[in-house]
Amino acid sequence: MNTQIRPSPVRKSIFVNASPDHAFDVFTSGIGRWWPKSHKIGPADLDRPVIEPQTGGRWYELDVDGSQCEIGRVAVWEPPERLVLIWQLTPEFAYDPELVTEVEVTFTPEGTGTRVDLEHRDLERMGAKADAMRETVSGPGGWPGLLQLFAATVEK
Amino acid sequence: MLERLRDGPRPVGEIAKGLPVTRPAVSQHLKVLKEAGLVADRSEGTRRIYHIDPKGLGAMRAWLDQFWDSALTAFAADVERSAKREDK
Repeated sequence: MNTQIRPSPVRKSIFVNASPDHAFDVFTSGIGRWWPKSHKIGPADLDRPVIEPQTGGRWYELDVDGSQCEIGRVAVWEPPERLVLIWQLTPEFAYDPELVTEVEVTFTPEGTGTRVDLEHRDLERMGAKADAMRETVSGPGGWPGLLQLFAATVEK
Repeated sequence: MLERLRDGPRPVGEIAKGLPVTRPAVSQHLKVLKEAGLVADRSEGTRRIYHIDPKGLGAMRAWLDQFWDSALTAFAADVERSAKREDK
């Protein structure tokens, strides 16, 4: 039996009242304004993640002390319709050059705004890394803390 | 097969019961599920008992699901805030 187990991709869809151009721009050059600051790789505080605006570009985090840590890279850069990012972070938020998962984001005009669809796939490749996950999820750096941070940011 | 494990740990023989495949095929399938981090096993005498792995890939997927939910909510809020600013 040649069975391959593939967890279904994480799929999200959200509508925004803005043009695809603007939504694409906020997602990429504006990523530092919405990415959760608690989700960082390096020891220093996060300044912002950076997505270089071209196919083959780097996706990295810039820390307040000027250091940089890889997150992944840009596989497809097609503004304002489509963006494919390579996510190379393990569940512990560490960069692993061997780990390749894809995040595809599309921006589709709909009514007066834009529908943003996101798909994070190839999650089975994280299988070997999944063990450390429970700690991440339930520890102080996990979801309880993150959600509080979000509430504070959105209400600002 | 995973559905059979939803109610609790089961030995291979019981998982295979009533399935239209051979028992070695079931064992092979369980091995794949185990490698994927979806099930875990333990020995009990000569039997191998399988159960759903609570800290495996399923938990990781749930975490990413929540991560993107929250991140996109913050993203959408920023898109609309900054779009309004541009209109003015």
